[in-house]
This record gives sequence, structure tokens and C-alpha cells, in this order.
Amino acid sequence: MSNDSHHEENFLQKYIFSVDHKVIGLQYGITSLLFLFFGFCLMMVMRWQLAYPETSVPIVGWLLGESDILMPEIYNMLGAMHGTIMIFLGVVPLAVGAFGNYIVPLQIGAPDMAFPKLNAASYWSYFIGGVIMLASFFMPEGAARSGWTSYPPLSIFETGQTTWLIGMVFLITSSLLGSMNIIVTIVQLRAPGLSWFRLPFFVWAQFVTAFLLVLAFPPLEAAAVLQLMDRVAHTSFFLPSGLVYSGATVDVYGSGSPLLWQHLFWFLAHPEVYVLILPAMGIVGDVIANNTRKPLWGYKSLVYASVFLGFMSFIVWAHHMFLTGMGQAMSAFFQTTTMIISIPSVVILTAFFISLWGASIRFTTPMLFALAFLPMFGIGGLTGLPLGVGASDIHLHDTYYVIGHFHYVVAPGTIFALFAGIYYWFPKITGRKMSEALGKLHFWPSLIFMNGVFMPMFIQGLAGVSRRLYDGGQLYAHAQDVLQWNEFMSISAFCLAAAQIPFIINVFVSMFNGEKVDRNPWGATTVEWSAPSPPVPHANFEGDVEVYRGPYEYSVPGADKDFSPQTEK
Amino acid sequence: MQIPYIVEERPDTGLNNSKLGIWVFLASEIMLFGGLFSAYVFLRMAAPVGDFAYWGSKLSIPMATFNTIVLISSSVTVIMSWASLKMKDFEKYKMYMGLTLLCAFLFLVVKYFEYTGKFHHGIYPSSSTFMGIYFTLTGLHMLHIIGGMIVMGYFWLPFGNKMWQSDPERFTNRIEVAGLYWHFVDLVWIFLFPILYLL
Amino acid sequence: MSDHDNGHIQEHIKVYLTVFGALGALTLLTVAASYMDVSTTEAIFLALTIATVKASLVAGYFMHLITEKHTIIWILCLTFVFFLFCMFIPMITTIDHASLS
Repeated sequence: MSNDSHHEENFLQKYIFSVDHKVIGLQYGITSLLFLFFGFCLMMVMRWQLAYPETSVPIVGWLLGESDILMPEIYNMLGAMHGTIMIFLGVVPLAVGAFGNYIVPLQIGAPDMAFPKLNAASYWSYFIGGVIMLASFFMPEGAARSGWTSYPPLSIFETGQTTWLIGMVFLITSSLLGSMNIIVTIVQLRAPGLSWFRLPFFVWAQFVTAFLLVLAFPPLEAAAVLQLMDRVAHTSFFLPSGLVYSGATVDVYGSGSPLLWQHLFWFLAHPEVYVLILPAMGIVGDVIANNTRKPLWGYKSLVYASVFLGFMSFIVWAHHMFLTGMGQAMSAFFQTTTMIISIPSVVILTAFFISLWGASIRFTTPMLFALAFLPMFGIGGLTGLPLGVGASDIHLHDTYYVIGHFHYVVAPGTIFALFAGIYYWFPKITGRKMSEALGKLHFWPSLIFMNGVFMPMFIQGLAGVSRRLYDGGQLYAHAQDVLQWNEFMSISAFCLAAAQIPFIINVFVSMFNGEKVDRNPWGATTVEWSAPSPPVPHANFEGDVEVYRGPYEYSVPGADKDFSPQTEK
Repeated sequence: MQIPYIVEERPDTGLNNSKLGIWVFLASEIMLFGGLFSAYVFLRMAAPVGDFAYWGSKLSIPMATFNTIVLISSSVTVIMSWASLKMKDFEKYKMYMGLTLLCAFLFLVVKYFEYTGKFHHGIYPSSSTFMGIYFTLTGLHMLHIIGGMIVMGYFWLPFGNKMWQSDPERFTNRIEVAGLYWHFVDLVWIFLFPILYLL
Repeated sequence: MSDHDNGHIQEHIKVYLTVFGALGALTLLTVAASYMDVSTTEAIFLALTIATVKASLVAGYFMHLITEKHTIIWILCLTFVFFLFCMFIPMITTIDHASLS
């Protein structure tokens, strides 16, 4: 438990095995940013192959085995691991592990998370899972190569999958521990006066996210155990009778069903989409309110919409499975729920847009990222509708259109929002502001090249190019007219990587030389800004916190300044 | 600064942190076993008619009935150990907790004979889909039993005495929370018993 | 539950022992029922009903759910709803498949 901070801590206790939520949040943040970068690198190698098939890969070619050309087996590995790393080791740990851990206790005026040791266990479980995933590249059988969805029967026969499953068990455990902790923290440790409808939208978003993780992840853990049994103990949960593989009938008992995996997998993986997007929406909400200097429009409807979104996300999963021969009745059911779930997303987005109305907007770097989030997530969301309708999904299923759709949600959507969060809370974490000039140099090229990478995917997808082709579709007649986009997308991706250099420089330069700021540089209202920057170790605040008002009381008529902090009477 | 509501209850929720924490954890456990139960039903429907019943008849009902009674008894002893702490009777707590651990151990012994009996007859998880799900479900359940034994064993050993002396109320809460987990393990078995052995 | 005096606890203990007896009896009953000559559907219904009663007894009395706080009840109701989704939607989807073929 968190002791009083008087006793001396050595380096290990302070920075490595700390139980302080701020240190754990930073550990999560640094690790997940490194994984994001690594996952991005995997993708760039793949993009090289797609743009210039079977030519030597520059810079990292020597890592790819005897020839420096990307071989199909390794291409599949990179594909599977790109998805796994970006989602389970990158974005979720950054959004939930890092921001949830660091910001939530501060925003609710708590001294720490409810269970500090569990919190540390959550990080270390994540760390072990990450190490296992990385180590799988160096094992003789290689990393997993059945896609991040690991559909059987392929995943039962392909090498490397066992390591992936073991890694996943650690990652799932980590998420469960972390999200349990967030739920208990938010329910139990809110400061006096901080009632449910005075919580910042970010806390609400994290609360719903935590519930999604706690209730949706365990079925995937169950499925992972079953798949592990299939691989290790030669059971046949996911293998039907009479299955032929490599020309021979597979010697197992049979009578299993590959569809079972898809059900259990998507029972997690659809709520997971909202795990990715909700914390991002939370960050955007806070940043927009702060930089428009007016209350977030429709705060209560935002809260209700996100709760409804969370609930509905559990009953839409089979829209990923329209092509499994599902009957019309169930197809109709899942189409309907899918159309319904788009309503709360639209409510949230609309409320953000209306919040901008009539505001004198401060175009700070976090605000630019938050503003870019709105149309980018809008494109991602709207392009999802055709995928949610069975008839159009038949054409679009498993094409680059799908890739374009969810990357618009996650990359220029969620990741932009996470960047907004980093720029926004950096002064709280370090006591120094990040450079605005470098921030803008980071933002504008990122925005342009993001679209350069993902927009052509819609064109290719509508033409029917499959998402899993090693050569980008060279052998298919229907792909010939859109092949030229491959090079354009790849070059955009490399430029996007270059656009991150100002960000990396900005982080390190600002950490040591940035403009020093006091505790509330943005003139924000929420509770975390009443703590010192950086907050007190193991306590966060100097004294007791009490909350007197709602989260977004900006420009209150009659007030002496344009923001009225929650902690001031 | 101390984290609030570790022992005392938060006025508006009426709960302390660990009580809420264990219930959220149990909610996730419900979904874990729920996923597996769902898999069981799905596989049973996918299997040829009578396949599950045929393989299920190879399991020993007497052994499982005995184990059910053992596990139910352990549920009673664990709650009695908590009630003893409520009445400030540490000796009785020790006795009941010891009995709980004994029951858990007995359960594992019976399970060991069940497993090895199957292996002797050449029955492995790969023998049939039913056997696969049987070994997976009972194996995972057994891991939960072992996990519970580690936690309760820790509180039963001299560490428990120290905790009891330094903060009796918090120790009582810990036993209550461990007990809740233990009841859940019992509860899972209550469903495993009929679906695996009787149907 | 911290405000209970010894008398209260004694009453609780009586309840626990009654529940223990009921659980033992139901276990024997469900084993006996499994030897009855009924159709599979009836057997499943019977076994699951008895199991549900037993589980409710454990959850209600041993885990004190009948006097538990609202927050916990709400969380469990939510979990139960999602459990039903996880249980029945794949099942119904499969049946929907079968009717097509």
C-alpha cells in the first residue's frame, strides 16, 4: 500500500518497481510508445514489399534472413504481429494503461489507484507479455503468422502460434487487473463533492472502457486456452471432422467448429474497438472544452451515449462473420444492432462539433490534434456502415476497404487523440510545456501523410483487392487499375515516419529545456490541474481535495476569469 | 497519504475497496467460465448426436459426487472461519481454515485419481471433443482451487497471526474476500458437475 | 457487515448450516435424477434447474448477495446479461445456420 512519502526510496523502488500510479502510468506510456514505433516499423517493411515487390529491402534487409528480400512467410509474420502489437501492446496500453493510470486518479482527486500493488502487477504482466511477443521473432519457429485474428484451422497448424497464445494470456491478465483497478478507483476514491455527473468526460470514458475490458476479455482468454489445447494437447475444439490439410486428412477426433473461435474472438474484439476509441473520445472532449473556453456541449448526452455505446458493443460482433453462412434472421439482427450502435457514436461526434460553435478557439497543438480527430474518426465511422450491412459486406469483406476503415478509426482517430493527450498533459507530468513550433511541425505532415496512407485503401478495396496479398495484387486482373496506388501509399507511410521525428525531438528537448509552467498552464477546470506539476509522489495533492462544481465551467457569466476550477468554491 | 476506504466503508457505496474489487474480479471470472460454458454448448451441438453422452458415461459419478460434497463442505468451513473471526475467536478460525485447506487438498487428491485413471485407460484430452472440454474445464477449475489454496494457506500460516494482531478488522475483511473467491470456485463446480458427469 | 454483534453471527451460522444441509440433499437429488429414465431434454432441464438452485443458495447466503449493496448487484446483473449474450447468441446463430442447409 502507499506509505507516507517520508521514507527514502532507492532508485529501483522509485522508478522500476514503484507502486505509485504516476510512475506506472509513465512506464506504460514509454513501453507502449516503443511498441507503437516497433509495430509501425513492421508495417513499413511490408509496405516496401507492396510497393516494390521482391526487391531488396533497404536499411533493415539484413534482418530478413539470407536474402534481403521479404519472404512470404515473414510477410505473414509481420502482418500478424503488426496487428497484435499495435492493438494489444501499443494503443490499448497507451490509452488505458498510461492515460488511465496517470490521469484518472488525478482527475478524481485521489492519492493513488485503489490497489497500487495490483497496478504494478498489471504493468509487469504486460511487460512479460510484450517480451514473449518480441522473443517469438527470434525463436526457431518464428512469430505467429495467422493474422491478429488467429482464425483456425490455419492457426492450429501454423508455427509460432503457441508463443502468441501464451503472450496473449499475460496481456489479457494485465488488462483485467488494470481495468478492475480503474473501476474500483472511480467508484470508491472520488474526492468529496465529486458526484457522478461532475466527473470529467475522460473519466467516464475510462470507466466504460474498463467495464468492456473486464467483461469482454475473459471469453477470449477462454478461447485462447482452447486453442492452446488444440495445439498442444491435440484436441479438436476448432477442427471439424474430415479436415484435409496439405493433402492428408488431419488425424484428430474432429467434430469441432472453427466458427466457435470466431464467436469467442469477436465477442472480445468488437468491444475492443470501443476500448480503442472511448478513451480517445475522452481526451478529445477534455481538450476541446479547454481550448474552446466554453462548456462541452451536451455533457450528459455524451455520458449516456458512451454508456449505451459500451453496452451495445457486446451484441454486434457477428457483423464480422456475415460471410460464414449465417442465416438471414441472425444477419438481420446483427445488421440492426450495428446500425443502432452508430447512433451513440454520432451523438458523441455531433456534441463535439457543436461545442466548437461560436467559440474563440485556441489553436494549440493538442487542440489541432483533437480537431483533426473529428473528421478523421468521422471518415472511419462512416466507412464502417457499408461493412455493417450484409449485402455490401459481401463485396467489401477482407479487402483493403476494411483496412482503410479501421485504420481511419484507430490511426488518425485514436492515435491523434492520444497525441493530443500527450501534448495536453505533458506540462502536468514534467512541469514544462512542449514546443508549439515543433508540435505544429509534427501535426501538419502527420495529418497529410496519414490520409496519403489510408485514403487510397478505400479505392483499392472497392476494386476488390484482398487485404492479405503478399504482392499487393499483381497477379489479379481486377487489381491492375489500382496497383499504382501501392507506391503512393508506401511513400506516404515512409514520410509519415519522418513526420514523427519532430515529436521525438520535442519530447526530449521539452523535458529538459521546455518553457517552465506553474500548475495550470492551460487555464483548465478539472481537478488534476490543482495538483503541483509534477504531482507529489504517492499523494498527488498537497492537501485534501474537495470539489464544488461541474467539470467544464468555462466562461461562467460573472466569474472573474474565463475558467472556474472544480476545486474552487 | 493513505488511500481511503481500505478498511472502512465509503458512505455512499457502503463498500470498502477490496469488497468491490473482488466482485469485479468475480464478474470477469463469470465471463471466463461463461465463455467456456458457451463453448461446451456450442461443441455439444456441433458433435454427432449422443457423442457427448457416450464419452460422459466414462466418467466416475461416485468420485465426482464425493468431490461435490467435499467442495460444499469447504465452502461452509471457510465461511465459519470468517464468522469465527467476527466473534474474535482466532483459534476457531485456525481450525476452520485448516479444515478448508484439508477439503481442498482432498478434492485435488480425488481429482488426481480421476485423471490418472483416465490416462491408464488410454483416455486423453485428444480422445474426443468431450474429453477435451472435460480436461480443459476441470483443469482450469483445478488451477483456481490451487490458487485459492495458496492465498488461504498464506493467511493460515503464521503470517496470518501477525496480520490478525496488527489489524484484526482488515484481516477479517481479507478472509471474507478470500472466502468470496472460494465460494465462486465452489459455484463453478456446482455447474461443472451436472454438465460433465450427469448429462 | 462490520456492525454485527455475536448474536447476529450465531443466527448467521444457523443459516449456513441449513444451507449446507440443503446443498448436500440437492447434490444427492441431482445424482438420483440422472439415473431416471427421461428424455435428454428433460434431463438437461432437471439437472440445470437443480444446479441453479444450488448456485443461488451459495451466492445468496454464503456470498451474502441477498443483503449486498446495490453497486455490486448492478455489476453482477450487467455481467449476467453479457453472459447470456455470450451463451445464447452463438447458439442461436448456429441453429440459424442449420435451418438453411
